[in-house]
Amino acid sequence: MSPKRIVLRFGTDISVKPIVYRLVKDYDLVVNIVKADVNPQKEGTMVLEVIGDQSEQGLDYLREIGVSVQDLNQEIIRNDDKCVMCGACTAICPTGALYLERNSMEVKFDGDNCVVCQLCVKVCPMRAMEVRL
Amino acid sequence: MSVEKTYAEINAKIKAGKAVVVTAEELIGLVQKKGLSAAAKEVDVVTTGTFAPMCSSGAFLNFGHTKPRMKMQKVWLNGVPAYGGIAAVDAYLGAAELPDDDPLNSNYPGEFRYGGGHVIQDLVARKPVKLKALAYGTDCYPRREFETTITLDEINEAILFNPRNAYQNYNCAVNLTSRTAYTYMGMLKPNLGNAHYSTSGQLSPLLKDPHFKTIGIGTKIFLGGATGYVAWHGTQHFPSIQNLEGQDLGPAGGTLAVIGDLKQMNPRWLVGTSYIGYGATLSVGIGVPIPILNEEIAKYAAATDQELFAPVVDYGEAYPSRTPGNLGYVSYAQLKSGKITVNGKEIPTAPLSSIPRAREIASTLKDWISNGNFQLTEPVKLLPSPADAPAANVLRA
Repeated sequence: MSPKRIVLRFGTDISVKPIVYRLVKDYDLVVNIVKADVNPQKEGTMVLEVIGDQSEQGLDYLREIGVSVQDLNQEIIRNDDKCVMCGACTAICPTGALYLERNSMEVKFDGDNCVVCQLCVKVCPMRAMEVRL
Repeated sequence: MSVEKTYAEINAKIKAGKAVVVTAEELIGLVQKKGLSAAAKEVDVVTTGTFAPMCSSGAFLNFGHTKPRMKMQKVWLNGVPAYGGIAAVDAYLGAAELPDDDPLNSNYPGEFRYGGGHVIQDLVARKPVKLKALAYGTDCYPRREFETTITLDEINEAILFNPRNAYQNYNCAVNLTSRTAYTYMGMLKPNLGNAHYSTSGQLSPLLKDPHFKTIGIGTKIFLGGATGYVAWHGTQHFPSIQNLEGQDLGPAGGTLAVIGDLKQMNPRWLVGTSYIGYGATLSVGIGVPIPILNEEIAKYAAATDQELFAPVVDYGEAYPSRTPGNLGYVSYAQLKSGKITVNGKEIPTAPLSSIPRAREIASTLKDWISNGNFQLTEPVKLLPSPADAPAANVLRA
């Protein structure tokens, strides 16, 4: 069985809960934490690889307690012809993958920090952020 | 004795290729290095720039007459309605207009992927645009229906006329409620999750001429990548100097109505824009040259991000309900640092106004003037200043 790659996003209330422990203990899942981050606003993002017979039940548990769960089989790219470097995405991006370089005030995109939550795709006023399968 | 220059003297220097032109940011550096008096003497023109969504924008179009003739009472461009209640085959396409079949916010928050601003960008990009028109038929204008494809170059006239652009200053928007707010200031996360602002600060045209000593009707400007003009004061032009317990916090409230030939403009500087949950609009590039006629004008033009302030306003509850007051003031230096503190909480900031594009506009305008291609115009009439104290009306039911 190949691992399922997923992206979790959660708020302050979840950041203090041992959700990975629950996946292992209650659903008998093998969990590999690929990336994990809690930003200064205490919003969390996590990229997991999950293997186990009860993986769907485990993910349902996460959704029930208010975690956003998305499959990670896509990547985000920036259409440089459309981006006008306004910055509207930079305080929305939960992982700091989109950020403003100070002084130049240019918008930078660091794909390594992107967890494909797709918030930027929705909020970009120029529709410059695109999902690629 | 302090320096005094006239428009004619400055234009003579521009013509001779000898004018000293600097951007507003360069002027700040020059004043810090040489002092205000020396900088005012040396510099002839300061250029400013802003590139941001400006909803009160649109274009007057004249399509040319059909055969047989038609009044074009109802007009659509790429499915977006344009106002046809003016003379035959004239229409006004507003930047915030949406297609009749747009789902709007019925599937909240709506996407608003295509509106009037996008049609304007497509026209300027020389893309073919579908024109559909209906009319009731008269003896002189018998035709009732018409459909065709137009391009910007084929139609008679296309005049960008934006009744309210280049806001002098703008609120820094936050959200105190516990739910996400989708606003014209972008997506505002609950419980002070982020703060959005929308001016270029020390580069912004009207922040650099707070008392309207140089900007008036007829001022020639950079508009959408071409030359344009200030047509009038903008709608809701209520200029004032913000003051908190005796401290001058810089100007706010002024606006410009601007006009120019759309056919000369460039899609890099007129960009269709969509705000989730709010609507469609047009991002407009504007740059205004400020002639340094005297030291006072130089002093205002040299105002820094540290000296210019925006009020912090709650867009979750206070703004929509028009509750007066604000959550304090923050400087553009603080806003551009990426963090501000509101109600004791440190929150990340983000601009909706592109600073790199504002810099590009100021520097392009500088080049135009330095190369002798752009002379300054003396306004026919200056715009109302804070001393004229126009005030906003409250519309009551």
